[in-house]
Amino acid sequence: MQCPKCHAPMHTFNRNGVQIEQCSGCRGIFLDYGELEALTRLESQWQQPAPPPPAAPQAYPSAPAPAWGAPQHGGHGGHGGHYGGHHRHKSFGHMLFSS
Amino acid sequence: MTADTLLPALTATVRGAVHPVPGPCPCGTKDTVLADRDDGTVVRHGDIVAKAHAPDAAPAELAARLSVAAELPGVLLPPQAPTPVDLHGRLVTFWPYGSPVDPENPEAAPWEAAATLLARLHRTPAPHDLPPMRGPAKAARAIARLRAAGPHPATAPVLRAWGGLPPWARAEAPMPDATTLCHGDLHLGQLVRHPAPNGPWLLIDVDDLGVGAPAWDLARPAAWYACGLLPPDEWLRFLTAYQRADGPAVPATGDPWPALDVAARALTVQTAALAIAKSVAAGHPLDEVQQAVIDACDRMGTAPPELAHGFAT
Repeated sequence: MQCPKCHAPMHTFNRNGVQIEQCSGCRGIFLDYGELEALTRLESQWQQPAPPPPAAPQAYPSAPAPAWGAPQHGGHGGHGGHYGGHHRHKSFGHMLFSS
Repeated sequence: MTADTLLPALTATVRGAVHPVPGPCPCGTKDTVLADRDDGTVVRHGDIVAKAHAPDAAPAELAARLSVAAELPGVLLPPQAPTPVDLHGRLVTFWPYGSPVDPENPEAAPWEAAATLLARLHRTPAPHDLPPMRGPAKAARAIARLRAAGPHPATAPVLRAWGGLPPWARAEAPMPDATTLCHGDLHLGQLVRHPAPNGPWLLIDVDDLGVGAPAWDLARPAAWYACGLLPPDEWLRFLTAYQRADGPAVPATGDPWPALDVAARALTVQTAALAIAKSVAAGHPLDEVQQAVIDACDRMGTAPPELAHGFAT
């Protein structure tokens, strides 16, 4: 995915079972739904003797889409589909600019 | 006036607008044809752009639309003059040149600016004499072009999806919201920076502007996203910026699709219809992107339009 602030690519890191996206440009961090809570929970467990198993990695929360939408919705955001990152299909680029 | 004589006449007119004194062009800049289609011809000379509007453009309606552009600086690019001129039977308007979005770099598309401008447009009270926004009429025109194109295997699902739309979205009944000021034909070619090249983004092209359902102006990006063509993050940048600017077409929070569904279906059908018509005319097969739009039409058959504010009725 791209950084919503500076649009540089974001890289995924795993911290104690929590997936964190960090921007390669501005170093900003993107937390999915529930990840802040997961990190807070890990922090509070820091001094406890027996931490529970780490939280399961989460998929990206997907934006709502209509029932007739393309099947890749609900999957891992930014992957699949026809947009393919920086190698966007030429035909789609043309479509963006025409009536 | 024929198409062959329009372009030279329009070019001479735009040169005359830049250089009122007759004689050879003193600035030495080239004339650039920015568009030359059935529905409009656009020529640039220096800092001025002249547009010959569609042959069937109604003078009173175009004048009403032009005056909106003249009175909404900061949202719409203002014309050079508040009324169109007649060029051998074609209505011509003059505009300052603005820098467009780079078609080679859609990743740099100004989604936030586009959304914020639309929200401001939609919140502006519409003048009482403004005609309806022409989005549904253009969708109906695309379907007419599809029907005239000749047989194609993808035509049936597109016409089925069209038949599933409510009458207002097919331009067969008045739009449910006839008060909101809408652009009517939003895509990335409808944004320029003025003054070029680094001024603020503004909306251009008032030919389809009018009162109607504001969801129509969000429906192209919504359709591209729904078809799996626009990445979710770009769609969310656009949608969120619109909501933050208090745009009235969708709720401020929560699922926007009940409000967007009908218009996004209509724009998907329109895009599919034009893709098939062009494919038949050129004898080219549909490409992967065009097929994605037709596949979306096919899926609409199993999912009836969502109801929102009575829009689908």
